[in-house]
Amino acid sequence: MLRRALRLGLGRGLLGRGLGTWRGDSTLDWDGKVSDIKKKIQSVLPGGAWNPLYDTSHLPPEHSDVVIVGGGVLGLSVAYWLKRLEKRRGAIQVLVVERDYTYSQASTGLSVGGIRQQFSLPENIQLSLFSVDFLRNINEYLAVVDDPPLDLQFNPSGYLLLASEKGAAIMENNVKVQRQEGAKVCLMSPEQLRNKFPWINTEGVALASYGLEDEGWFDPWCLLQGLRRKVQSMGVLFCHGEVTRFISSSNRMETASGEEVTLKRIHEVHVKMDRSLEYQPVECAIVINAAGAWSGQIAELAGIGKGPPGTLQGTKLPVEPRKRYVYLWHCPQGPGLETPFVIDSSGAYFRREGLGNNYLGSCSPTELSPQEEEPDPGNLEVDHGFFQDKVWPHLAQRVPAFETLKVRSAWAGYYDYNTFDQNGVVGPHPLVVNMYFATGFSGHGLQQAPAVGRAVAEMVLEGSFQTIDLNPFLFSRFYLGEKVQEHNII
Amino acid sequence: MAAPKASLYLVAPIWKGGPRGIRGLSRTVAPEGNQRKRRTVLQFLADRFYDVQALREYLLRKQVSKVHQKNRSFTYVKEQYGPYIAAAYFVLKQGGAVKFQGQEWMRPNGRGRFSLEFFKFQAVPVEAVDASGCAINYQGLDNLLALKELQSLSLQRCPHVDDWCLSRLYQLAGSLQELSLAGCPQVSERGLACLHHLQNLRRLDISDLPAVSNPGLTQILVEEMLPNCNVLGADWAQGLKLGPEEQSQDTARSIPA
Repeated sequence: MLRRALRLGLGRGLLGRGLGTWRGDSTLDWDGKVSDIKKKIQSVLPGGAWNPLYDTSHLPPEHSDVVIVGGGVLGLSVAYWLKRLEKRRGAIQVLVVERDYTYSQASTGLSVGGIRQQFSLPENIQLSLFSVDFLRNINEYLAVVDDPPLDLQFNPSGYLLLASEKGAAIMENNVKVQRQEGAKVCLMSPEQLRNKFPWINTEGVALASYGLEDEGWFDPWCLLQGLRRKVQSMGVLFCHGEVTRFISSSNRMETASGEEVTLKRIHEVHVKMDRSLEYQPVECAIVINAAGAWSGQIAELAGIGKGPPGTLQGTKLPVEPRKRYVYLWHCPQGPGLETPFVIDSSGAYFRREGLGNNYLGSCSPTELSPQEEEPDPGNLEVDHGFFQDKVWPHLAQRVPAFETLKVRSAWAGYYDYNTFDQNGVVGPHPLVVNMYFATGFSGHGLQQAPAVGRAVAEMVLEGSFQTIDLNPFLFSRFYLGEKVQEHNII
Repeated sequence: MAAPKASLYLVAPIWKGGPRGIRGLSRTVAPEGNQRKRRTVLQFLADRFYDVQALREYLLRKQVSKVHQKNRSFTYVKEQYGPYIAAAYFVLKQGGAVKFQGQEWMRPNGRGRFSLEFFKFQAVPVEAVDASGCAINYQGLDNLLALKELQSLSLQRCPHVDDWCLSRLYQLAGSLQELSLAGCPQVSERGLACLHHLQNLRRLDISDLPAVSNPGLTQILVEEMLPNCNVLGADWAQGLKLGPEEQSQDTARSIPA
């Protein structure tokens, strides 16, 4: 009733005004105003865009239980497992800080995307086996209601490692360890190799090991996006910014033997917003360093390695960026559909890419000549001479068909290279007690990310590794000088 | 037994345009790009109420666990009667058919029932399995991989058979002569590449695989990979029609081989 009366009154009012001199004008104006007012109302309502005060929606929250530095596949995996293993839904608030939102320099997207179990350390094999299980059931782990299933594009073609006379004994030992851990790997003699893959020149090959199951390559971008999507649906917050400072307190303590140690605890993380001087201090309980190639810098910010050399305080995180090239070439006479991921004894590697006789591969510089030829990691420019001089000769020697090939494109990416022993650093720092590492995997971080994420989450939530024992990968090994040597680093 | 439902949808898309009226003022908040996305009432509710969201997540998990439940291995049967009986029991339970050596094909009747008389064939190897339309997945395949005398395997229209499953078939390389993968929605050329282990294969059916990007080219490459095998599949010219420039150089290459 009231509404009708109102409408009547409004209508009459309009009509009355319409009878005046500026009729057409006013009705037009009125229409515009109505939509204006509607918009205004919409924006003022709760959840709207309009805010009379300064808009802070782009800033991270002031408090967060866990701050993960680095939103690559490792950081997201830690976030995923933290949220999944939390005891009560929504018990932990997790913030992921990522500097590069397009992931243009992130190692995740630039990697070749291989996964293998052919490592020499049992821990690495276990990590890979867990991860392959994760990838196989990725649509169960990372299922989001209403979103389409992920297409991981996994190529289960296996890895083929070739060993020279010198490396044959090591390879045999490695395969023994791999089989013990449950990987399906077989050894092949040069004769068998020739029969199976006639395109390989077996000269100089004494032994080959070939992964039969669960090895191959996949689309890293798909894993990253799947993790992002899932983690977002679980309530993890993302922030586009850079960690510039840690505010920490320290207290001196004495060990049983009378040594003085300074224990540090991070209380606040300063997150600087992208392309701005604005920053937000985030109060937090735990910081996870998953910054990949740049995790050394993050560790330095937290004061790790600032102390007299030779002591635990003076032990740096030995992770630095190393530039690695990947080349894509076309070779019409190249090996066919059965081509596995081949790793030559010289360190050169390649794999098939798609169906059109395209191949992808490269070589790690240190495999050839140690240290002095390390390319400058300041930019991501590709050195095409490297392919001509260092990669191609090895490839053509191993696969004669590759003598005629045409490089189609190339790119470079960073390894989070652990200069100490080329293995990952997982778990807490002994002195900065609430900083946890998940970094330093020197090129196999992507394939082990699901398992490492779980290990770190267990360490944070339970205080110890539960699924896979990663105690050999703790930070303290750098101080104690205990190298965990992995023979199969590519 | 009817083929299991392949769909992962939780609800039928009822009342398509409905939520638009309810949303009212909040319409501008929703991104414009989502307009084309199919929105259901439940989806709308799940976006706004935690309870509905949790319920839907629970239902999704339930569906997944149902497939797992169907694919568990019969450890007790295996221990008591050996791998052949366990595999046969598994396949019959799923609604497939089994052929023991020198015997007739055995299938469940229309209601999914089957007689248990095959339990006496403990020492007779299984030589053929027809698991068309069954809900076999990666784990369920464990049962079949124990059959070292298996000569013919049909996995036609299996909704859960994917590339990961194909990568395990190398365990049957010694005996397998016939393999049919026709109509599997999840099998792609990446999985077919692992069939190079099966050098005894005489007949391979890879027709009607929707996930394969270039059916014609893929068939040629598979034929090249398995020279002794008769590969049934799409007409090789099918792929050519899709992209003439792209394909021509690849087919030119396969002729001298």
